[in-house]
Amino acid sequence: MSDHEYTPKSKVGKWFNDRLPLLTLANHLTDYPTPKNLNYWWTFGGILTFCLITQIITGIVLGMHYVAHADLAFQSVEHIMRDVNYGWLIRYVHANGASMFFLAVYIHIFRSLYYGSYKSPREVIWIIGMLIYFLMMATAFMGYVLPWGQMSFWGATVITNLFSAIPLVGESITNWLWGGYSVDNPTLTRFFSLHYLFPFLILGLVVLHIWALHVPGNNNPIGIDIKKPSKDTVPFHPYIVIKDAFALLIFLLIFAFFVFFSPNILGHADNYIEANPLVTPAHIVPEWYLLPFYAILRSVPDKLLGVIAMFAAIFVLVILPWLDTSKVRSTVFRPIYKQFYWFLVADVLILGYVGAMPAEGLYLLIARVATAYYFAHFLIILPFLGLKEKTTPLPLSITEPVMGGSADMAMARNNSGFKEKL
Amino acid sequence: MKIFLKTTFLFIIISSLILSRAIAAGEQQELLKVDWSFKSFFGKFDRASLQRGYQVYTEVCASCHSLKHLSYRNLAEKGGPEFTELEAKAIASNFEVIDGPNSDGEMFERPAKLSDKFVMPYANVQEAIAANGGAYPPDMSVLVKARKGGANYIYSVLMGYDEPPAGMELDDGVYYNKYMYGNKIKMSSPLDDDIVEYADGTKATVDQMAKDVTTFLQWTAEPHLETRHKLGFRVIIYLSVLTVLVYFSMKKIWSRIETKV
Repeated sequence: MSDHEYTPKSKVGKWFNDRLPLLTLANHLTDYPTPKNLNYWWTFGGILTFCLITQIITGIVLGMHYVAHADLAFQSVEHIMRDVNYGWLIRYVHANGASMFFLAVYIHIFRSLYYGSYKSPREVIWIIGMLIYFLMMATAFMGYVLPWGQMSFWGATVITNLFSAIPLVGESITNWLWGGYSVDNPTLTRFFSLHYLFPFLILGLVVLHIWALHVPGNNNPIGIDIKKPSKDTVPFHPYIVIKDAFALLIFLLIFAFFVFFSPNILGHADNYIEANPLVTPAHIVPEWYLLPFYAILRSVPDKLLGVIAMFAAIFVLVILPWLDTSKVRSTVFRPIYKQFYWFLVADVLILGYVGAMPAEGLYLLIARVATAYYFAHFLIILPFLGLKEKTTPLPLSITEPVMGGSADMAMARNNSGFKEKL
Repeated sequence: MKIFLKTTFLFIIISSLILSRAIAAGEQQELLKVDWSFKSFFGKFDRASLQRGYQVYTEVCASCHSLKHLSYRNLAEKGGPEFTELEAKAIASNFEVIDGPNSDGEMFERPAKLSDKFVMPYANVQEAIAANGGAYPPDMSVLVKARKGGANYIYSVLMGYDEPPAGMELDDGVYYNKYMYGNKIKMSSPLDDDIVEYADGTKATVDQMAKDVTTFLQWTAEPHLETRHKLGFRVIIYLSVLTVLVYFSMKKIWSRIETKV
């Protein structure tokens, strides 16, 4: 890396940089050699950073007006919607922002799955990413409880009750989480406190995630190791910055459409009914981004095993770098894995769909088959396929692909151009 | 082509997510659809309809249903029924609120002011339930947002009273409604032709009143809907122009290395 030799031009800069090398860091970030064939699926890292910052800023403002009390929470949210200047905008950005955050994170994760970004030497980036994802789900879940509507209350009841499945200590743990014998005011206040804390933990992990990324550098669509810096790379600024900005703007257009023209479509109508412990809603459904896990939970007849299956569904992702035995990173060169990849995408979408349906009859059957396939993909197909699959030839570098590749190869070649002026 | 496929795939993901939500609770009879003026990109409220809707609310609904999140000042605010301040003051002064304690430590009654919240029909939930045969008349402030189908649902329920199908037994104080969940409702049909007399001469048919009061309730649920639409349009225009500018800047910058972006 070239940043070792960096020295600031001005005397003051040099004086400061010798004491705290912030300028070296800035120089590293702008010069950071990035593979030039990154496609638009790689822009979601920047988009996600934007989402996190947006959630934190809007969240802090909402926290100034929100009252975490079982008798006042719902009313204070209505106060924000009606009387706080542009409170409706801030709340709708925050609520839809959560959905957009998850949309982006799912694309980010599936990009990583497609191009093998989790494989050596990037396992730590991947594991930190999974931690972030897990914390995101916890944060989003607790945030959904705060308006203290019917879905808030009953969603919290269902999810916290899961812990009661733990043998022997389950009930004690659940009571400890609740701060009482049911979801009530103590539950709400602690959820608020943690909902405020977790985003900053996520922010810290994001810094580690990016740090870990900058050690080996970015993976790329053809998944081969490249020399950095070289003909295969471009400096992060301005090339990647402007591209990320463009992609972010497209993302913001979709975001704005939801916020201004369909702000409640991703939520559930029941959450505009104040929480009532005496009335159970007809269907208790979590937010859309948790539905696949909800489907897995409900597809297992035994409560404890269902909870274990749900957490295993996430854990199996954490150990993915060691489950996938293939040495080839990019799916572009793995014709059989490519089929299974799309099966998995379809499987997760199906799980999400049946997660929103009542757990009975055909839906339950589909959920069970899809759950079984989900685990089979990671625990059977991936380890086995990596050993058996015949991959197509890898190019030597981004600018010099091998002769006679597949159609995807031609694509990779076209994308990377390689007529760099020297 | 590849980009097209990718975009299509993304679109399918998003729409399937939205669709799965829509289907999730859509097993009931299809709702009546009205071409509301507040729908669509530039949707605005019909001011006269809001004012008539307020009249229907006060004269018909308000005896049982509260609007506890609203204040009388809201009636004169921009984007709402836009009564004049004098009219809103006059409306407020029709209601008595309890204030205090005064310097003698006594609570006292006084006419409501613009800053007061809407006066509730019942002192508490228990009284409301007791007065309505065991069913709580829900607060209507955010009712439109609290029901799947929104405005169309509220309108449908108001229009959905009918004779029960043969073989359906109804208890005393329970009525048949085509669109209500479970088809049973504890509220008798609230609207009859000419039950109110509109000041602007509009004929008070059940359909007209149902539309007016639904429009009013859409406003109570989303008092900033007009601002939202207006601001949203500007934001979309701004972002679109910026996106085009950034796109061409990007093309220009990447042209230095002749790699497609």
